[in-house]
Amino acid sequence: MSDKAVDYIEMKLPAKAEYVGVVRLTVSGVANRVGYSYDDIEDLKIAVAEACTNVVDHAYKQNGLMALGCSVFKDKIEIVVSDNGQSFNFDDLKKGLGPIDGKKPIGELEEGGLGLFLIDSLMDKVEINRESGVAIVMTKFLQRDEVEQNANGVPAPTNAQKQ
Amino acid sequence: MNLDIRTEEEKDNSNILYVGGEIDAYTAPQLREALLPLTEKDGTNVVVDLSGVDYIDSTGLGIFIGALKSSNSNNTTLKLIGLNSRVKRLFSITGLDEVMDIDEEREEAK
Repeated sequence: MSDKAVDYIEMKLPAKAEYVGVVRLTVSGVANRVGYSYDDIEDLKIAVAEACTNVVDHAYKQNGLMALGCSVFKDKIEIVVSDNGQSFNFDDLKKGLGPIDGKKPIGELEEGGLGLFLIDSLMDKVEINRESGVAIVMTKFLQRDEVEQNANGVPAPTNAQKQ
Repeated sequence: MNLDIRTEEEKDNSNILYVGGEIDAYTAPQLREALLPLTEKDGTNVVVDLSGVDYIDSTGLGIFIGALKSSNSNNTTLKLIGLNSRVKRLFSITGLDEVMDIDEEREEAK
């Protein structure tokens, strides 16, 4: 395990829905450079987009900025999506996180609230800092020559056995 | 960055909505505008063909939850077809595949 980031990439964009795709493409490019698998890159794209969508929807009453920071380590990538807007109570929110309950009547299903649950499912480690605004810190480890883990922690099919 | 959306009306009271592109916070409102009115016509079977969709996140899933609720209260049916494995995976993780009528990508399409 190494503690120092090898590279750091940062960008700031308007907190508007039309820029979420730009962040997604950027992270996809960085993760591809680092050597993540196709599935891991897709997971990273979704998690980062969910974090940005939260900023776009909740952080500001009027215009504001969202910031993306990617720390590339030898064995992991740490992505921070932050804003300077309104904070929220993550602990309260976390109690309500979870997949959809199939036994609930359809009329009672909620249309929102899946974003943070998805981030939690798709990334290996998620932390929230609320010093000024909200910063979501998401970590995904780089799997090399080992059994890949999918979102549920179940080993995914691997090519390793072929050799 | 827009969604490709096309609606086809079939003889048997069903509407097929073909969607292509990336469904995210920016494009999801376009999907909602096209999909919700279809689910409000009493007795209609709405089929959404997602084979052209290569990305979806929770905003898109939210639209389908809204459409499911609408079809449920307006006496219409809603079915999703042509999901690729990535898109299907998100429906599974979130448990949406338990409450929605979903057909995966057809074998011959691969």
